Amino acid sequence: MKRMILTLASFGFALFASAQAHAAFNVFACEPEWGALTKVVGGNDVDVYTATTALQDPHQIQARPALISRLRNADLLFCTGAELEIGWLPVLLRQASNGKVQPGQPGYFEATSVINLLEKPTRLDRAEGDIHPAGNPHIQTDPRNMRMVAAALAKRLATLDPSHAAGYQQREQAFDQALGAAMTKMQAQAAPLKGVAFVSYHKAWIYLANWLGMSEVANIEPKPGVPPGSAYIAELLDKIPSLKAKMIVYAAYEDPKPSQFVADKSHLPAVMLPFTVGGDDASKDIIGFYQDTVNRLLAALGGKSG
Amino acid sequence: MLTQRISRLSLAASGVALALYSAPANADDIGDMRQEMQAMQRQYQAALTKLQHDYEAKLQSMEKRLDAAEKKATAATQKADDAQKAAAAAQTASEASTQTAAAAPAPAAAPEATPASTNAQSSANAFNPAIGAVLDGKGMVSTHNPNTWRLPGFALGNEAGPPPRGVSIGESEINLQANVDQALFANLTIAFENDNSVNIEEAFIQPTALPWDFTAKIGRFFSGIGYLNEQHAHTWDFADAPLPYQAFLNGQYGDDGIQLRWLAPTNMFVELGGEAMRGASFPANSVQESLSSNHNAGLGAWSAFLHIGDDINDSSSYSAGISYLGTRSSNRATNPVGGPPGSDQFTGVDNTFIADAVYKWAPNGNFAQSYVKLQGEAFLRKESGAFTALNFASAPGVPTTRSFDAGLQSGFYAQAVYQFIPFWRVGVRYDQVHAPSLGAAFAGTTIDSRDLTPRRYSAMIDYSTSEFGRFRVQYNYDEARPNPDNQVIFQYTVSLGAHGAHQY
Repeated sequence: MKRMILTLASFGFALFASAQAHAAFNVFACEPEWGALTKVVGGNDVDVYTATTALQDPHQIQARPALISRLRNADLLFCTGAELEIGWLPVLLRQASNGKVQPGQPGYFEATSVINLLEKPTRLDRAEGDIHPAGNPHIQTDPRNMRMVAAALAKRLATLDPSHAAGYQQREQAFDQALGAAMTKMQAQAAPLKGVAFVSYHKAWIYLANWLGMSEVANIEPKPGVPPGSAYIAELLDKIPSLKAKMIVYAAYEDPKPSQFVADKSHLPAVMLPFTVGGDDASKDIIGFYQDTVNRLLAALGGKSG
Repeated sequence: MLTQRISRLSLAASGVALALYSAPANADDIGDMRQEMQAMQRQYQAALTKLQHDYEAKLQSMEKRLDAAEKKATAATQKADDAQKAAAAAQTASEASTQTAAAAPAPAAAPEATPASTNAQSSANAFNPAIGAVLDGKGMVSTHNPNTWRLPGFALGNEAGPPPRGVSIGESEINLQANVDQALFANLTIAFENDNSVNIEEAFIQPTALPWDFTAKIGRFFSGIGYLNEQHAHTWDFADAPLPYQAFLNGQYGDDGIQLRWLAPTNMFVELGGEAMRGASFPANSVQESLSSNHNAGLGAWSAFLHIGDDINDSSSYSAGISYLGTRSSNRATNPVGGPPGSDQFTGVDNTFIADAVYKWAPNGNFAQSYVKLQGEAFLRKESGAFTALNFASAPGVPTTRSFDAGLQSGFYAQAVYQFIPFWRVGVRYDQVHAPSLGAAFAGTTIDSRDLTPRRYSAMIDYSTSEFGRFRVQYNYDEARPNPDNQVIFQYTVSLGAHGAHQY
């Protein structure tokens, strides 16, 4: 028994010692876009752990043991908010026993807290599907939102880690300028997309549509989070000609089959969009992600299937 | 920023107007007032929408200027940011009035920012805990009478065995949880049983700011031993508990006590925990003893566990653990088959060891489409003490007590669940338990195993209507008794209200 206690104690000490080796400012980012943004703004002053990848449905993430231990060591939690992560983040927060990143603390930062959310549901009822009471949380598809979140993130990092405040500010400004310049270019390229109507799989594209002056006119999911049945698809196919939609849009993490099916039947191009950083090979960073989104939309409008 | 200031002023003004309006509240004209308030609310909403449109237009023009003048970029973004925040504040204010007018339908889903309230009634409810309810109904058909079910070699608690035949509402559960204050969290789960009895399933407080990365639970809770034990039964992948859980833990072990956990500061998940409990539920039974004896200090059960886990790659992850549970019993009464209820009694000690492992895989880690979950737990138990029964073959009908050492009892289950398309899953499970024979001295009693190994084969298919509703059909080929039993269990599980998050 004595030997067992000794072994356990030395094991515990080894763990403790290994933890002391990580002294950097640790950020736990829920989604890839926020992980990428933190890397840009934080540079070498932060260690970023991204909880999910672009190929995972952010609504349905497992509260994996690795996420609990990573959150345990985080100085800042950086998530979308607006209940996007409600199925898994509360478990992590409860089990991680990290007072710094609990809601209400400076170490808890929701990107949606600085954005005016759209599509706020007028009827709060689960019969409406997987709705988010605060509004549509998929804000990252509009670079204007990204700039606002970046500015707020830099401020938050500067508050929590004042010794590197100048660096955060500087990198944020550089990023803001680069993204601004890229936006000017992309908006000029995207001029033909103005007024274009599209059908999407999940109701996740209002911010992108707003940015490029497009309109999301219908969804393949009958209600958010509810997979379509054949009757609903038939109804949608009847409706599509009158909607004057030019393409079918779906996210990299979504099953392409229902979108491809609707596209084939309605003779419209189906276009896969990265949805976030890492959604495809061209979306390596934030600007690449927006540029690739615009390129794919333009290609679809030009008649090429994405 | 003149428009900004004006809008703030008008917001403040309407807030004051609302407050003044509700001041002379009088029971008779509440209906009228509500109507008027609603009308006002609509006007307010319209004005607000217009305001928002203005903001959006303004934002867009600002963005254009921003792009043109690169040097002023940062400053402009700052203004846009502020404008956005003001708009968000306006939104929050509008929400506040919406909620007051519509008598706040969903207090559970409290928004992050607590809106300023103008109505006394809603502020009284503003801090309501998150409320959730779970209805877990079952229906069963079987070839054998469930009342004759037994596991040879094991004295069983009252929860062991198949569900009752026919349709039954099973267990309906209500859960309340909230932060108590800056230092405490509390959780209460009340279960209404099929027979209309009420059972406090969990009632614990949890300090939220303990030093040195400790967490604690005080009150009644499911023990952290094993993998399934801590999860509520309606979240399990099969409609019933695996045989070792039924034999060794009466389905699930929960008790009153104190739990302490420590999470190691490593990237890999490593958690150590221990519990000290009263010993009020099976396999423990030491509450009476603690009242009558001087040497029992009220500690009837104690446990220790180590859980580890990590990601293997983007697609797969695992968790594993080892646990120990020690329990003390004094005259623990259980029901023999074919004898008066409670006539079996055990006084002694159980030492139970559990090893658990879970592995999950989904293509690219995307659990929305399809996934595989493999899971297994193995049990070992040392039971020793004195057993009293009426059905010793050597003295039938005469209460007889004999001391025994049960040797090493064992059991395990292994299961696999596969989601093949969204919302549809299939699963298979094998489970068994074994107790060594106690020889001729215990012939005829419940704990005489005759060296049999009760085992069971199960298969299930379930369909979820959403995250909140699920239907399941399960088939068990149950070899616990000499003649195998065919059981078909139908189950529905729905959850209402607060969005419960799911454990790994």
